Amino acid sequence: MAITNTHRNTARRPWFTATRKEAALGWLFAMPWIIGFLVFTVGPMLFSLYTSFTKYNITTPPQWIGLGNYQELFADDRFYTSLYNTFWMVVVKLPIVTVASVSIALLLAMDLPGGRLFRTVIYLPNVLSGVAAVFLWQWILRPNGLLNEALSWFGIKGPGWFVDPLWTKPGMVVMGMWWIGSNILIYLSGIKGIPKDLYEAATIDGARGWKKVRHITLPLLSPTIFFQIVTGIIGTFQVFTTAYILTGADSAGGGPGQSLLFYVLYLYNRAFGRSGPAGFQMGYASAMAWILFIIILAITLLQLWLAKRWVYYESGDAH
Amino acid sequence: MTTFTKPAIHTSKSYTVFHTLGRVLAWLLLVGITALWLVPFAWMVSTALKEPYDLMSKSWIPSRLAWENFTYAFGYGMWDKWTLNTVIITLASVIGTVLSSSLVAYAFARLRWPGRDVVFSLVLATMMLPGVVTMIPQFVLFAKLPAFGFQGSQNWINTFLPLTVPAFTGSSFYIFLLRQFMRSIPMELSEAAKIDGASEFRIWWNILMPLTKPAVAAVAIFTFQGAWQDFMGPLMYLQSEKLYTLQLGLRQFDAAAGGAPAWNWLMAASLAVILPVLIIFVLFHNYFIEGVQIGGSIKG
Repeated sequence: MAITNTHRNTARRPWFTATRKEAALGWLFAMPWIIGFLVFTVGPMLFSLYTSFTKYNITTPPQWIGLGNYQELFADDRFYTSLYNTFWMVVVKLPIVTVASVSIALLLAMDLPGGRLFRTVIYLPNVLSGVAAVFLWQWILRPNGLLNEALSWFGIKGPGWFVDPLWTKPGMVVMGMWWIGSNILIYLSGIKGIPKDLYEAATIDGARGWKKVRHITLPLLSPTIFFQIVTGIIGTFQVFTTAYILTGADSAGGGPGQSLLFYVLYLYNRAFGRSGPAGFQMGYASAMAWILFIIILAITLLQLWLAKRWVYYESGDAH
Repeated sequence: MTTFTKPAIHTSKSYTVFHTLGRVLAWLLLVGITALWLVPFAWMVSTALKEPYDLMSKSWIPSRLAWENFTYAFGYGMWDKWTLNTVIITLASVIGTVLSSSLVAYAFARLRWPGRDVVFSLVLATMMLPGVVTMIPQFVLFAKLPAFGFQGSQNWINTFLPLTVPAFTGSSFYIFLLRQFMRSIPMELSEAAKIDGASEFRIWWNILMPLTKPAVAAVAIFTFQGAWQDFMGPLMYLQSEKLYTLQLGLRQFDAAAGGAPAWNWLMAASLAVILPVLIIFVLFHNYFIEGVQIGGSIKG
């Protein structure tokens, strides 16, 4: 023992070595994110988990009610309506957006003259996501607006978009198509990333046009498609601004026949809606936020499991 | 014809005709789609310049260019204050996000420290975390944090603080994006600078920042766009009208009309609000397009 000690003492290096200095600097440089993570993410999440079991309106201390909020939630018609409306958008809008984006990306990948201009114009709406863009579409989709006028040239009587409860969500789908530019660009870079020699090999084997798309492009693009669908679902679950503006003065009611009562709009109404039954219902809203978190987690895990079955990764086996 | 002696697909005449025809059709289709994408913009400009009696007509050219719509639209509300507020919040968000995300990315990409991989996996985990989950408790937090009278408020509610301070803790996705970029830069550059006596901080600022310019530009542009157009954040945190951003002001402008807005004024105001973003897009569209593709290729 004693020998080792003396040995250690003689071989002692300065405590503050270059490695230790680098370690300290690493923590120091990462500190902004770590602080933000603790203060703005972990802390709030734990607090909201606790709040979800309480009655809480910020001004008075939380009151423990156990599973009360969750019980109320599962008996709440508007909760189910908001879930239905949100899932409707996922099930109807996402497939349309995916097919349209991949198709336009395939067209753009043909390297036709003017390609840069096409890309720029199609991406343009993505820089305009705010209130102004919603107003513009509200104007275009009025019952006697521009779109219905265009439909009437083909002898179609346009519906009452944003007025008729049956047509509000389709109206949001039509409107949403204007923003597929970023999806298109991501698919385009995915397509461009596919090695050229694969196409050359297929050409030698006699494959042409659609066959190459079907057997090379789409399988190799599937990881990108998969990821876009996951982020698309998460994004759809968080729709707020559009619904809030479209429903206007009736945002607490969720628009015509509650047809635009999306999950986060309802959550917001419960938390901050001055017209709500009791004002700040933070406990109820926290319970809703946790259910949303669990839904999104479940969908993401399900997608990851499905991905193993239908996504083609170059290193793995094709299914 | 000697073509049938070898399977020369590209030289066969019918294939070439078919191929060219296909390209022409695809090109026409793209022209059509692009034109369709521009229609809403054109309609916005057209409406913004129409007189009230012109509004119901579907003609594209206003019978008289009613420039005074802009004057009327800006006669309501405090547009000068709202513009200044938006600029302040946006600038703080961009500076905060770019500096902190890049610094944190440097720690993950270029420094070795115990616990790095664990912390980085937390960064990845929060990338997918929906903002809605933390929205309510963050509001409660900001309602409790003291502001010591900043912007006339005792807590952070009804100040710019909730909309700007979190930006200085970096954003998980941008940290990830910048880290990927920094890893592709040879370590020899850092080592050479270290021999010359440069500190890690100087290496980050003088070497890594300039070398990751395309990614930094993408982060700055997307943060700008997000902050300029943010509606939910200001809606939750800003209550007095003099602190409103342009998005809240525009919404207020519509609400003031009681659901029956003068569409020509509303379109004029909307056009003016999106104009700065449009100008920046036209000037830097390459950065936007590259940025989306950088982000997408890393995610994909």
